[in-house]
Formats: sequence, C-alpha cells, structure tokens
Amino acid sequence: MSPRTPGADLPEHPDLLWHDREPKRSYDVVIVGGGGHGLATAHYLAKDHGITNVAVLEKGWLGGGNMARNTTIIRSNYLWDESSAIYEHSLKLWEGLEEDLGYPILFSQRGVLNLAHTLQDVRDSVRRVEANKLNGVDAEWLDPDEVRKVCPIVNTAGDIRYPVLGATYQPRAGIAKHDYVAWGFARRADEAGIDLIQDCEVTGFTTDGDRVTGVRTTRGDIATGSVALCAAGHTSVLTDLLGIPVPVQSHPLQALVSELLEPVHPTVVMSNAVHVYVSQAHKGELVMGAGVDSYNGYGQRGAFSIIERQMAAAVELFPVFARAHLLRTWGGIVDTSPDASPIVGRTPYENVWLNCGWGTGGFKATPGIGSTLAHTIAHGEPHPLVAPFTLERFVTGALVDEHGAAAVAH
Amino acid sequence: MTSTHRTVEGGRIDRTTTLGFTFDGEALTGHPGDTLASALLAAGRHSIATSVKLGRPRGVAGAWAEDPCGLVQIEEPFPEPMLLATTVELYDGLAASGLPGQGRLADVPDSARYDAVHHHVDVLVVGAGPAGLAAALTAARAGARVALVDEQSEAGGSLLSGTDQLDGVPATAWVEAAVQELAGSPEVLHLQRTTAFGSYDDGFVLALERRTDHLGAAAPEHLSRQRVWRLRARSVVVATGAHERPVVFADNDRPGIMLAGAARTFLHRYGVLPGREAVVFTTNDSAYDAALDLSRAGVRVQAVVDARPDGAPHRRAECDDAGIPVLPGSVVTGTRGVERVTHALVAPLAGGEVGASSAVGCDLLLVSGGWNPAVHLYSQARGRLRYDEELGAFLPGDDVDGLAAAGAAAGVTDLAGCLADGQRVGRAALASLQLEPAADDRLPSAPEFRTPAAPMVLWRVPDTSGAEGTTQFVDLQRDATVADIARAVGAGLRSIEHVKRYTTIGTAHDQGKTSGVLTSGITAELLGVPVRATGTTTFRPPYTPVSFAALAGRDRGRLFDPERVTAVHGWHVAQGAVFEDVGQWVRPRYYPQPGEDMNAAVLRECAAVRTSVGILDGSTLGKIDVQGPDAAVLLDRIYTNLMSSLKVGSVRYGVLCGVDGMVIDDGTVLRLAEDRFLALTTTGGAAKVLDWMEEWVQTEWPDLRVHCTSVTEQWVTFPVVGPRSRDVIGAVFPGVDVANEAFPFMTWRDTTLDGVPVRLARISFSGELAYEVHLNAWYAMAVWTRLIEAGRRYGITPYGTETMHVLRAEKGYPIIGQDTDGTVTPHDLGMAWAVSKKKPDFIGKRSFARPANTDPRRKQLVGLLPTDGSTVLPEGSQVVELHPDGVLPPPPVPMLGHVTSSYRSAELGRPFALALVRAGRSRIGETLHVPLDGSLVPVEVTASVLVDPEGARRDG
Amino acid sequence: MQLIACPWCGPREEVEFSYGGQAHVPHPAAPADLNDEEWAHYVFFRANPKGRFAERWNHSAGCRRWFNAVRDTATYRFEAVYRLDDPRPVTP
Repeated sequence: MSPRTPGADLPEHPDLLWHDREPKRSYDVVIVGGGGHGLATAHYLAKDHGITNVAVLEKGWLGGGNMARNTTIIRSNYLWDESSAIYEHSLKLWEGLEEDLGYPILFSQRGVLNLAHTLQDVRDSVRRVEANKLNGVDAEWLDPDEVRKVCPIVNTAGDIRYPVLGATYQPRAGIAKHDYVAWGFARRADEAGIDLIQDCEVTGFTTDGDRVTGVRTTRGDIATGSVALCAAGHTSVLTDLLGIPVPVQSHPLQALVSELLEPVHPTVVMSNAVHVYVSQAHKGELVMGAGVDSYNGYGQRGAFSIIERQMAAAVELFPVFARAHLLRTWGGIVDTSPDASPIVGRTPYENVWLNCGWGTGGFKATPGIGSTLAHTIAHGEPHPLVAPFTLERFVTGALVDEHGAAAVAH
Repeated sequence: MTSTHRTVEGGRIDRTTTLGFTFDGEALTGHPGDTLASALLAAGRHSIATSVKLGRPRGVAGAWAEDPCGLVQIEEPFPEPMLLATTVELYDGLAASGLPGQGRLADVPDSARYDAVHHHVDVLVVGAGPAGLAAALTAARAGARVALVDEQSEAGGSLLSGTDQLDGVPATAWVEAAVQELAGSPEVLHLQRTTAFGSYDDGFVLALERRTDHLGAAAPEHLSRQRVWRLRARSVVVATGAHERPVVFADNDRPGIMLAGAARTFLHRYGVLPGREAVVFTTNDSAYDAALDLSRAGVRVQAVVDARPDGAPHRRAECDDAGIPVLPGSVVTGTRGVERVTHALVAPLAGGEVGASSAVGCDLLLVSGGWNPAVHLYSQARGRLRYDEELGAFLPGDDVDGLAAAGAAAGVTDLAGCLADGQRVGRAALASLQLEPAADDRLPSAPEFRTPAAPMVLWRVPDTSGAEGTTQFVDLQRDATVADIARAVGAGLRSIEHVKRYTTIGTAHDQGKTSGVLTSGITAELLGVPVRATGTTTFRPPYTPVSFAALAGRDRGRLFDPERVTAVHGWHVAQGAVFEDVGQWVRPRYYPQPGEDMNAAVLRECAAVRTSVGILDGSTLGKIDVQGPDAAVLLDRIYTNLMSSLKVGSVRYGVLCGVDGMVIDDGTVLRLAEDRFLALTTTGGAAKVLDWMEEWVQTEWPDLRVHCTSVTEQWVTFPVVGPRSRDVIGAVFPGVDVANEAFPFMTWRDTTLDGVPVRLARISFSGELAYEVHLNAWYAMAVWTRLIEAGRRYGITPYGTETMHVLRAEKGYPIIGQDTDGTVTPHDLGMAWAVSKKKPDFIGKRSFARPANTDPRRKQLVGLLPTDGSTVLPEGSQVVELHPDGVLPPPPVPMLGHVTSSYRSAELGRPFALALVRAGRSRIGETLHVPLDGSLVPVEVTASVLVDPEGARRDG
Repeated sequence: MQLIACPWCGPREEVEFSYGGQAHVPHPAAPADLNDEEWAHYVFFRANPKGRFAERWNHSAGCRRWFNAVRDTATYRFEAVYRLDDPRPVTP
C-alpha cells in the first residue's frame, strides 16, 4: 500500500452518535431546532446546569440546516464590544471543545485574514484591530508583504482591480468540521439523557396567558416548562405562530467547494470588496462562501449569477485557483437582522427564549450561544453576554450595528 | 508500448493519425477520437492510480462522466487537477499522471481566455442521443428556435457505443443525417463538447463548452478555451441518458472491473478490447449485449453470471451460439488480483443465501446492476423524483414547469422507445409554444424491441469473504464501503444525508453518480425500510465539475469591476498622479513631484491652496437633476434641511438620513429654477441617493410631479480653490462679475466660454474662497487647460483627494462613510443647524427622538490634537480615558470612540484628527489617550473646526 | 435565476431587478404621533413568511420602475406582479 495522501484522512467516528427517540408527553425544556445552536444549548443545559429533561425537536435531520451548509469560519474579531465579547467567549469554548465533546471536530486555528482593498477598508480594519486589542481579542494589522507571508497565494500584485492594501489577522481564528461539531454536541446531549427527536416539526403552541404550556408537533403535542427557539432562518415561521413580531429576514446564501487539492491555502481569507471568503478544508477542498441573494427565500438555493461572480472574485484574488473546479454548490437560509447582530433573549412570553438573527455568524457562535442560552434558560434571566442583544433594542435604537462599521460579514 | 488491445478495425478513431502522449512518464500513443482512458486501455493499462485512503490500485470503470475513479492530473500543456481520464480527449503532447486523491494547481497564472454567451431559444435539448436528436428534430422541423447541447465530442450518445440499426442501416448514419439536417436549420444552435451543468428556474440552463481543450498546445490563443453558455429556453428537454449502476461485492474495486456498458463503448467507439477474458455479472438484460459484442470481437467470455433465478431466457440461444456459458441465479461474491483482476469468485444465489464460490479466471469483470436515469438537471430544477421498484431507480416524477425528461433519462430502456419518447416530448414542447409539428417529422424505425426479462434489484451481494463489507466498495473515490454504511446506521443514523456525511459517500469528484443510489438502497436494506423512504441526497449543480476560471469568464483584472475615470483622467496620468479607488471611480490621490512622498506632496498641495490657488477634479461627485413642479417638496422630504426656501441662483448644503435617522449622504443643492434643482452627492453615494429619491417618489409619493435623473457623467466639476481663485475664475470667465457682492458665497451663476455653457458655483469644501466650475464633459479638457493656464501665474496647484480630505478636515467637514459609519446622526456631527425645525416631517426625523438618539453619551464628532504636536494618529485608532499613570488596564478597556480622520496640517503646523467620541462636545478641553503601538498618546479634545472657525475666508 | 415579469417591460432576467422587501408598508402619515414601539415597527420590522409574500421589486437595470409582486418564498415562484397602486391580487 502506498502512503496515504496527506489530508485525505478523516478521523473515525464514534460507534454510537445518538438514539432516535420518540417524543415524550412532557419536558422541562423544549428546544425547537436541532441545529448547532439547539444541540449546543442542550449539551450545556445538561453539562453546566444538570437540566436533562429536555427535548430537541428537529423538523428534518439533526444539524441539517445551516450547520450542514456553512463555510465553518470561526473568529471573534468583531468591532463592537458586545459582539466581540460573545464571539470571544465562543472562541474560548471552541479551544476546549474537542476535549469537552470527546469528538475530533478538526478545529484548526489557522488564522483568518480580512483583506482591505480601499483606504476606507484600511481605516475600518485598523479601527477593528485596535478595538479587538483593547477587548483582549488577538488581532494584528498586516501590510501586503506580511499578508503574503501568511498566505503566499493571495494576489498582492498590481494587476488586480482592487489591490490588497493590507489585512487584519486573527491568529486564533480558524475552521472546524461542521457536521462533526453538530454530532459531537448531539452525542453528548444524548448521553446525558436528552431526547433528540428528528422529523418532528413544530406546528403550533399552546399558551396560558403569557406562558407557553406546550408545543404542537407533527408527532403530537408536547407539554413543556420553557421553550428555546433555535430555528435560525425558520424563526419567523415559529414566532408568527406565537404572534411575536421579530425583525429578521431570511435570505438564500450559497456556498461551494472544489475538488480535493494539494495544500495551497494555509489560512482563511476573507474580503469584502472583492467578495471572497475561502479556506482549504482538511481533505483538501477549497470551501468558499458566495454572496447573499437579495430576496427573502426559504428555498436553500440561490441564483447562479452569484456563483459566477464569486468565481470571478476568487480567481481575481487567487490566480492559482483558475483551474480548480467547482464541484458542488448549495444554499442555506441566512436570518439577518437590521443591525447584523443576533437577537437573543426575552419574548413577550415569559418562558419562551428567542435566539435568531445570527446572519453569517451562527456557526462560529455555536458553543458560545449554547452555553449562554443554556444559562439564560436555567436562570430565567439573560446571560450578561447576550443581554445587549435584546429584541427591545430596535425600539430604543440601541443597536449593535456591525454592518455599518465592521463591513466584514461571515 | 504498443497498442496491444486495439481492435484491428472499427471504432470512431482516426487510425491514420498517431498522437503521442505520456502517462506517469511513460510514452504512449493513441489516435484522434480517443480519450485518455481509451488510449490507456488500448495499451493494456487499466490501473490509473491508487485510492485516496487505502492506497488500493484503481482503474477505469466507466466510459464517461459516470466513471467513479479514473482520475488524472494534467501536467502538459498546462497543469489542471483532477479530470476523469474517460473525459479527456487525447491530443498530441498530452502529459498526465494518475491522481491518488488530491489534484495540484499550477503555480503560474492561467493565460487561457474564457468567456460567456447568453442565448435564448424556444426549445433547449440537452443530450444528442436518440431521444435528444428526436426531440431536436421534431422541434426544429416545426420552425422552433432550438439549441441542442451534448457533452461528448460528437452526437449520437448511446448509439456510438453499440451496433443498433435504424431503418436497416447503422444508427450512426441516421445520427450523421440528423446532425446535417439540424445544421441546415437556421434557427438551430448545435453544440458538442458542451455540458449542461446547471438547471434553474424558468428554463435557465448553464452549459460549459470546451472549445479548445481537445487541441492541447495547438489551441489557438485567440479562442476562448472554454465558454459558459447561459441558455434561457421556454421549454427544456432533458435527454441526458442514464448511468449504469454497479452491484457491490467484495473487492469490487480492482482494475479490470468495469461497467458492462462502458466496455461496449470502448469496443465500438474506440476500437479497444478492455480485456482478453471476461466475466459478465448482471442483474438485467443490457449486459448481454456487452457479452455478445465482446465475444464477437474476440474476447473470451468465460461466463455471464446473472443474478436472476431464470436469467434472460430469450438471450440464451445467442449466448449458446457464441459459446458463452450463462449462470443464472448466480452472483460474483468477490475477486482476486492486485494490480488487475485475475479471478471472479462466482457462487449461486438462492433465497438470499450465497452458496460456495468457485474462481473463474478473467482479466475483465463487467458489471451491470441496472441503470440510473441521469436526473440531475431535472432534480436541480426542483423536479421531484419517484422511486421505481422494478427498475430500482429514481425517475423523474411530474414535469416541472417547462422542463421534461425524455428517453433513458426518463427511464425508457429501448431504442425505439427513446426515439418515440424524444418525439413525444418534443411535440409537447411545441404544443406549449403553440407551434404545430411539421407535416413530415418522421423518425426512423428501430427493430422491434424484445420484451426484456424483468431486471432484478440487487444493491450488494452478501459478503462471504469474511471481510464483513470492508472491501465492498460503494464509493470508490472515497474508499467508502458497505461496512461504513453499516457503521453509520449502527451509530444511530437514519437520514441518508447523515449516512452520506458519516461515510463521505457521494462527496467526491463524481458526486455519487454511481454510488448515490446504491447508498440509498443499501441503507434502506440495513434499516429495513423501503428505498423510497430513504430517498436520495440532493442533486446540486454542477452536474460535472467546472473550472473556476470558466465561471469567472472575462470578469478579471481591469474587467473585474468597471473602472470609471473622468474626462480629464489622461491629464492626471500625464502629471504622474497617484490614484485611489473610490467606489468604481479611479481618482487622483495626490500629484507627487520628483522626490516627494505622499506627505510632502500633500503638505505642498495644502499650502498652495491655503495661500494661493489649487484645482481639483471633482467630476466624480454625484449629480442628480431634480425637475418638476414638486421638486422642492420632494427635497424637503428627503433632506433634513429646508430646501423649498432656497432661492433660484443659490446653493445650500444638505444632509440626507435614513428612516433610522442616521446620515446616509450629504452634499450641496443648487436651485436652478423654481421647478428645478441640481443635487450634488458624494462620489460613492451617487447611485444610492438617486435610487433613494426614486424609491420614495414612486412608492410613497406618486402624487409628486417630479423626476430625478443622474447627470453625473454629463457634467464635470472642477473646484478652483484658494485666495487667488477669484483671479483665476475672473480671468477665464470674463463674462462673470466675480465680485463678492455680485457673486457671493453659496450662489451660482451661468456663463459661457467660447460658446460653451459653464456654471460657476461658490461652494467651498475647504473653507477657502472657492468656485466650482461645472460644464459639459465634452469640453472638459479645454476648460481644464484654460484654468491651469490662467492659474499659472499664481502657481495653481492640482491637488488630489488626500489634500481635499485634509483641507475639509481642518474645517471639520465630515466625509460621509469616513467620519460616519451608519450609526451617526446629523446632531452627532454637530450639524443640528442643518436639521430643519420648521418642517413637520422629513425622512428620519421621528428617529431622532428615540431614547438612544437622545442619550447624552452618544458619540460626537470632535477634533483631537496630539499634545506632543507631532504624532499622526492612525485613522481607526481607538480613544480611551486618560490613564494618568500611562498604563492601560487589562482588557477589556472601555473605549470612548475612534479616530475617523487624521492628517498632518500645513496650516496648523502640527498633526490633527477628527474623532467620534462619547459625549465628545462636553469633553472639549479635556485630555484623553489614544493607544498606539503599546504606548498611550495624550490628545486634547477640541472643537471639530480648527481652521478659520469664523468662515471669513470662504465668505470673502 | 428566474424570469421576472416587469409590468412595464415584460419578462426579464432576475439580475436586472433589485429587491425592496415587504410591500404595502406605507410610511406613517404622522410619525410624530407614533410611540417608540410603533415607530420601530415601521423602521425595522417586516414580515418574513415562508410561502406567499407580497413584496416590492424594482426593475433597476431596466425601466427603473418599482412594482409589487406576490411570490412564494419557499419555491421563489412569482404568482402575480402588479402595479404599486393596485391592491394585492387574490391568488388561488
């Protein structure tokens, strides 16, 4: 046998991931949505708070929504204090997550470069780096020569429409294997006695005054002490059932991969002006996110013109990618909020907790929101790290406006 | 090596020409018409590469895109990773090597050209096999506009792989006639080597044409290598055929194990004998054709192993005549061999139990487990598949809007049926277009189809090897086996999507073309549920891989995004200006003189403007002509200021906010007439502001009689700025009384210069006496030159955006998008004066009253003066409280705001900055700190206006 | 990648259009009379149904006219397009 191709290996999975449970009649906590956030919340409810009479209800297959569709970038170099605090909390949890879950999630801290292509990009980048430093988040500003040292294949030459003027760099940022993360949380939750229930769509709620008493599902009615909504792009479908207006909009967001390639790309590169975010995953495929389709859509697919534009940007910024091949494209549903920050916390129902609007930040927040939402449910009070992200802020105007300032999504 | 396995005659190759190529460094030959795979097989070489995880030898198992493992790396003429040897047309000088798992990218840029074409048709037919040709002919004969695309080098599809006869002559003759007939139809576009890879709504199909790949180094440079066709069809016929499906058994991955239909293709199309001694293992009738054809061509067929208890009785006589033993009720349980299969292990199968096996010697093991219709395009277009129990295949269900499958892609298995189905679907397309079929749209007749024996659905043979499924390969590229599926199911997984992700089946280069349905079947079997309940994973574009460069097309480098330049751009270039991207515009940033760096140039430019006169090309400013009786009403609602009170001949600065009360743009407004304004916007905001105005007019206030038109490109704008600007303007435009009383600040005057209309406006973005010169872009260069010449005696100095920014910052004028970030109100900028208190409402007004907007701790624009008088604060620096000990506390350190603009000032003789600082105006006079490179720079908070706060200069 | 039927131009490629979100959300006649919550709902809150949605589109790279459409956000299919001054059509 010839030696194995570097990077071709993936770790072995455990022999048992989870049991396919039937719903019980009643739980202390029902988590609607069996994606990363729902599963992580379940794990931390059990681990940190000893709450295990919990059901995670998933309308499809566990981890099959955005968790299975994102480009797995993990970073915490957000601009505003509130944002960097929750994402940095999450990143710290990522750093111990393989051990916590006992699962090889392939967390790779290979750093992330956010490129600047205009003088305003540079100002915004320096602003973010300086804010990150003061917030205790690792961050550096790199000039084009330093960018090339971190990622030699970035086109830092002049034959590019928008030259690279520099980049912010967060060395602790990285990627992980998304499915394994979901499965790792699911396995731990299952071990703790939490019921993971698939093919179980919530179709309604039963209420008593300002409390929800249960959920109606395609697999019967389930009584519950409290409810956490972790349905990402489908949040509005649930909140509409409860009559709670929530300012999120669901859009198609596409991503793509190439075939397996020998290692060429050692880090994660993101660029807003030349719209690219790309990493090379463990097996060797280039994983790349495309732009958001402008319209509301739950179809998990988008327009091909966006993929074509994405390829132009990729080849512009990485000329060596020219003859790489697009192998597969797919779409997810990104739930965006007016200020590009999540909405977490109270609803008009005292035992219903909201968690949505993560936009392109959901994956990286997975352990962070899992732990803080579990804390919130357990204490009946928003965890301090999620407290700024209230629904109420849209009334007072105290937004956490990440798109105005950071100008770097994903 | 000689072509040991080439037939003496036959095939669609040009034997008169020999092509040289290398594979893994070995020099080999082939012929035009060969693929890399057929040329390798002709040389007796099956083994292509070793597998990704287990390092097992793997060979060619298919004949086209369905091949699961014959992956190669192209080395010459230009490196390209991971192509199937079966789809690489052979050319002279090709150098390739087997690919064990990961492809390799070139380390030099790809110089090939790529492009894209839009094309609209009535009927798009994908696939030029029998069904596709029938559909295309039917549509073309009726006068429809037709496109026919096919991925192979020539039309014919399955007819190229067999010996079918139509109207009593070889079917390929009909193919040639059909192609000729289509070529003679003016409304038909027929493209070969063109793969439809994506299918979207409303008949939108993307196809990749490989225009020069088959020419190798001989490809003409001027031709695009590949072209993306963006096809929009009112009706789409998916005639993409079917992929043969293997049966899984132990050690089913050895080189020499091949799909039965592929072997037929290699024989008939390429004149290649894929082996000398063959065993054929099948669950259906189609493999009998392969057995008989190979036998006729001289291959010793050791046995047809037919899993069905009764086999195919109606084929028995033919096999007997050919001396081919048929073993009904038998299966292949395993194989022997390393680099090449040497034996098939054959055993009886009865009641699901496998009996004792015997080894049958062979160097070729052909397998057929049935056919999977190529439903990719149908499924991508949201067609819903249905599982057919008899065929063991997922077939297209109902037609989706304007898209229908025909022929083998729809599950039709015989030639006559495919022709008829193609015609039927073609006619249905015509009917939907309200076109009548042509009077004569006859298709040739195929021999009567012998009713086949029903196929048997067999996903895998029970493993008697003792390896417990660990060598029963389902996805050969991923080295994923039945054991892996069993493990996934054992781990609690029920969804086929989970099984895919756990096993990685279907994630490789072929995206599960052969392995996908097998996995559904095997998973269903293991779970004890029907296959239809398991379903398939989702089919996603592209059908086959497409290079990034092809999709990027021409949108690279200077064409990645349009470059907008002004009418005097050439002059700036000639002056050696350094440019800056501002949106799509390319603007001079500064004009260095020999030996100057940016700092020196900008200090010189600033000093020239403040002491004499400078000139700026401000043509990129957005300009919107707002006309109509209600123009003033519109502007009153859009701007925070009162614009209706502006007098004709006057100019007013205005601010625009979003409904959230945050500043989105600013600029001056000239009232040209009672019913006409010229609204100037920022360079980057021009399109956005026009969109904004149009949106409100159309969607909210359709009663307003007003029209908005962009005139950004039509008018150039040249600010002439500085104490001597009046002299320059007076000299160039003698028809204008430039005296301050006659032409005061914030007014405009029309004049002419040699018959060219010119508008002059007393607008200042620098705080200096200044005139903006507006005129038709056609005359820009002439007037610019006049201004430069007239200014020469004053040392008129062209200046760029950097100097413009310094001058305006010294005056505290914000740049929207630099000093604001979407979270800043006019009040935050100290511009309460620009917010009308008279108007009952304007966009954003209500938001000013929200609690967060009345918070006294909001960030406000202020000036900062580094107290050392020398530090230039980096823009973006954060501002923190004064830490008297000079030491930052540990993080998180509370931040008060950030530096938005920062420059050296010639006027002030020291650096200065603008910053957004919490409660900034109440801190004027305080000292704060800015962290910089590990130290703390003390800064004094000042008002935002640092130069000429009384405004004496600009007014004078 | 749909064809969108502009009410003025006829069917045109999706890339020629830009999206304007929920339709039939008029600017309040007297914003000053609204409380903070009511105003916030106008500024930030839009429906986000899965299924039929009455929404605004602009043929921005064509005639630049705004119009309304009823579209299914699950299938993306346009069920009706109509002018801004037309009432929302009743779709089957």
